[in-house]
Amino acid sequence: MTKVVYQGRSYERLDDETVLRCLLRNDIRAPYSCESGACQSCTMQATKGAIPPNSQEDLKETQKSLGYFKPCVCKPDGDLEVVALDDAHQQKHSTTVIEKSFLNDEILRLRLSSDDSIEYRAGQFINLFKDDLIRSYSLASLPDSEDALELHIKRVPTGLMSNWLCDDVQVGDQLPIAGPMGECFYHEVENEVGILAVGTGSGLAPLWGVVRDALTQGFDKPIMLFHGGMTPESLYYVDELRELEKVHDNFSYFPCVSDVDESNLPAGFSLGFPNDVAFSKQPTLSKWQVFLCGHPDMVNNTKRKAFLQGASLSDIHADPFLPASPT
Amino acid sequence: MSESVYDKIGGEAAVNAAVDLFYRKVLADDRINGFFEGTDMDKQSAKQKAFLTMALGGPNNYTGEDMRKGHAHLVERGLNDSHFDAVMENLGATLQELGVPDELIGEAAAIAESTRNDVLGK
Repeated sequence: MTKVVYQGRSYERLDDETVLRCLLRNDIRAPYSCESGACQSCTMQATKGAIPPNSQEDLKETQKSLGYFKPCVCKPDGDLEVVALDDAHQQKHSTTVIEKSFLNDEILRLRLSSDDSIEYRAGQFINLFKDDLIRSYSLASLPDSEDALELHIKRVPTGLMSNWLCDDVQVGDQLPIAGPMGECFYHEVENEVGILAVGTGSGLAPLWGVVRDALTQGFDKPIMLFHGGMTPESLYYVDELRELEKVHDNFSYFPCVSDVDESNLPAGFSLGFPNDVAFSKQPTLSKWQVFLCGHPDMVNNTKRKAFLQGASLSDIHADPFLPASPT
Repeated sequence: MSESVYDKIGGEAAVNAAVDLFYRKVLADDRINGFFEGTDMDKQSAKQKAFLTMALGGPNNYTGEDMRKGHAHLVERGLNDSHFDAVMENLGATLQELGVPDELIGEAAAIAESTRNDVLGK
């Protein structure tokens, strides 16, 4: 008899019973649907024990490497310790603020250092804690060449966390975080032809990481980055991105603004929403990797359109920045 | 039992190839894409895969009752035979595009067709 360990408790798994059935029999409310390994709605993460290969079939390579598996078709030979995806990655780390600077009127850059070595991929996000508040922020830094974790924090008018970070937090303060999480990062895909990245506001943070990560890995096909805001002043890292454009022939940067008259459009800027500008420059996306970060409406609409324009769903990495629910 | 269409066309790998094609056709089809507004595309794509697997006679545990419950909210919004026909058309076109022989497309269509009354809550 083998065991399934979930939330610190062991459950004996009957012969020929799947991990999912074992949990359900013990009144654990695990989500599921097809029970044949197709729909992936029951996907969990194994933290200890050997995962049978059939229960990882057709998951993304990134997910397999993180120990994701489908409990509805999983009959392990030995004990297996599992966590629900919502509970995964909740290990906390203590960090220290080592730099605080404003990138423009509404976006703060924080750099954090940690004594723990935190392994992450450029573009993933962390959760940041203040008492009972939890907010997610994307990582803009590169894990291999930058020691500090870089976050871009947009000040939300009534935001409890963002205003506290902008106004009260000082260099030297301790901030607890958990993570990393998310699958918005670059990984090589067979026959890929380019990377198209679209972000609004602080949605540039993960893209700044992803684009530089891909370039560092030697990605030599076109990379197009579209960053949008209402006015030229609402964008940031414009000089840095233009510099990057000069160094890498295959990288092009399109700053986009939606709320200025054409006559006042600064040189090198495009007029319109970044997703619209992106589709006008690159209408077909078959075999492209697509990264979308920022405003949830922009992200969801663009995801659908990118898919219809030929991108495969598994090559679209979408990271909608959802507003915090009122507490 | 004779070999299923699912096995004949190459099992899970073939279905994986069909999912994006099929889902793209469905989302681009103005007759039915309104029913997919606001749904999580990754979850929806996995459901399309489960549907294709079933239509091709592959492993699945779907019952008529699941089909009924899963579509009841859409029936309330007006899901009817014309929409079911549109999905069938997209299914056929997808398999054709992948070069699946006509008689196998016919077998798949028959399985999909058998879910009609449950899907439409009849």
